[in-house]
Amino acid sequence: MTALVTPPLADAVRDETSLRRFLAGLPGVDQVGAEGRAAGLFTRSIKKDAKLWALDTAISMIDLTTLEGADTPGKIRSLCAKGLRPDPADPSCPPVAAICVYPDLVAECREHLGGGTVKIASVATAFPSGRASMSTKLADVGEAVAAGADEIDMVIDRGAFLSGRYLQTYEEIVAIKEASGAAHLKVILETGELSTLDNVRRASWLALLAGADFIKTSTGKVQPAATPPVAVVMLEAVRDFALSTGQHRGVKLAGGIRAAKDAIRYLVLVKEIAGDEWLTADLFRFGASGLLNDLLMQRTTQQTGVYSGPDYFTVD
Amino acid sequence: MPERVTASRAPVRKTYKLYIGGAFPRSESARSYVVDSARGGFLANAAQASRKDARDAVVAARKAFGKWSQATAYNRGQVLYRIAEMLEGRRAEFIDAVVAGEGVSARTARSTVDRAIDRWVWYAGWTDKIAQVFGGTNPVAGPYFDFSVPEPTGVVAVVAPQRSSLLGLVSVVAPVVASGNTTVVVASERRPLPAIALAEVLATSDLPGGVINLLTGITTELAPWLASHMDVNAIDLTGADPKQSTDLERRSADNIKRVLRAPAGGEPSWTGDPGVSRLGAFLETKTVWHPMGI
Repeated sequence: MTALVTPPLADAVRDETSLRRFLAGLPGVDQVGAEGRAAGLFTRSIKKDAKLWALDTAISMIDLTTLEGADTPGKIRSLCAKGLRPDPADPSCPPVAAICVYPDLVAECREHLGGGTVKIASVATAFPSGRASMSTKLADVGEAVAAGADEIDMVIDRGAFLSGRYLQTYEEIVAIKEASGAAHLKVILETGELSTLDNVRRASWLALLAGADFIKTSTGKVQPAATPPVAVVMLEAVRDFALSTGQHRGVKLAGGIRAAKDAIRYLVLVKEIAGDEWLTADLFRFGASGLLNDLLMQRTTQQTGVYSGPDYFTVD
Repeated sequence: MPERVTASRAPVRKTYKLYIGGAFPRSESARSYVVDSARGGFLANAAQASRKDARDAVVAARKAFGKWSQATAYNRGQVLYRIAEMLEGRRAEFIDAVVAGEGVSARTARSTVDRAIDRWVWYAGWTDKIAQVFGGTNPVAGPYFDFSVPEPTGVVAVVAPQRSSLLGLVSVVAPVVASGNTTVVVASERRPLPAIALAEVLATSDLPGGVINLLTGITTELAPWLASHMDVNAIDLTGADPKQSTDLERRSADNIKRVLRAPAGGEPSWTGDPGVSRLGAFLETKTVWHPMGI
């Protein structure tokens, strides 16, 4: 795919009509082509040294997540400990990128993480449905930031987006970006509910135009979540946005990625579609909890030469 | 089984696959090897499993362990008995496989297959009696009721006997699953066909996928990976190469696997009374102290 022609981005968000015209004017996604592209890159064979590098890189890109109704301070404490030292037996194992929790647990998280490199991400804006009044969403974000969140994960109003009220969706993201202040904003598109890849591309651009620092696939509460073709489209969106504006924005894949093998395959997509610059935790993330243990197991296997088992890592 | 070449019909040269997690995948390595009959003629191609296949099989066995170990003993017995029923239904096929692979007479093969079926029934009957024989209540000096309950060890790797390809196989696999373990079996290297026929029986029986996984391939290549695998809880070295068994035991020590060593005098005769020793080989004992009369 060639890059999009530089669009008149400022004009695109002037009013409802121009935004609709801009989004409708984005090239359509060839579904079969996107699946083929992803499938082709997914079969690439990864040799030993590259695999070792990829395992460590993938660990450093994880947003270690717990988003359960039953979360407790104790669980947050153990998750933070695991995020800081994923493999206590091996100091060379990098820490994860961030710990991702609900807003009311951010303060607990901050206490355990201190001011280290591991960030705190928090899902605000009436996660995961996104169905709440604007004032509630803004208050949610404000509280999370005040408690010390470095990153805010918001969900878009899929109802508004799917019924074509693009400007409303746009303005909501802008308002929340403002409320987030210095915190990075990750915009969850919930691609499983957008039904087409065309919609994924439009939602990606909408979020990027509104100032999202990251675009994120899913809440993890809806299936399908992160899929290879969706990753292809979102990575193309940030690449094209960078070509148009010079600004680098990130992608976070969340939901359904559990195997180290898949994580490495997604890293191939990142490199081949977005480019080498995106192979960093500042621009690419995995939202997962189960993935970390598989990465650690594969890492141990590579180091010791024998197959490892889940019994030797903490259950988070 | 091998077809006789006739003027009108070319033989079907079969290439069999592995049995992992209830499915029949080809070896990940795409390798296969030729299985010869006892007389030296071509019999079939068997999949030559790689270490990745062994690992996949362990993952499948681990996944199946939760449900299988927690099923009621009665239910496990029913499932195993159903397998014996199906073995009986395919008796002729197994007799052919034993004749071709072991080079015995049809008469001997028939009695071997019958014995294998009977043995399966015998172990099926044991599932709900294991707790009584291997567990019990313990008299302790104190206001406690104390009892010992046997529990399955986990994922058990089995190196099946090399000579007795059906009766030996059944004699080592059935007790492992009867006590609630799941297993990865490396079939006899030169005589894998009864194991493949058994896999076809298991796949169409009520046995959940992953409880028994059957690999065909080179034993000396596969056994070290299973012995050193940290997620395998026990290993049965009955069919292992004697030259390799010390090394296998050393590898097994890394995660303190329960090891059933190869019998000292070589492969035993499987025709005798099996006893209960194999049923107890892969059990852990949980002891519960229950306050009483305080």
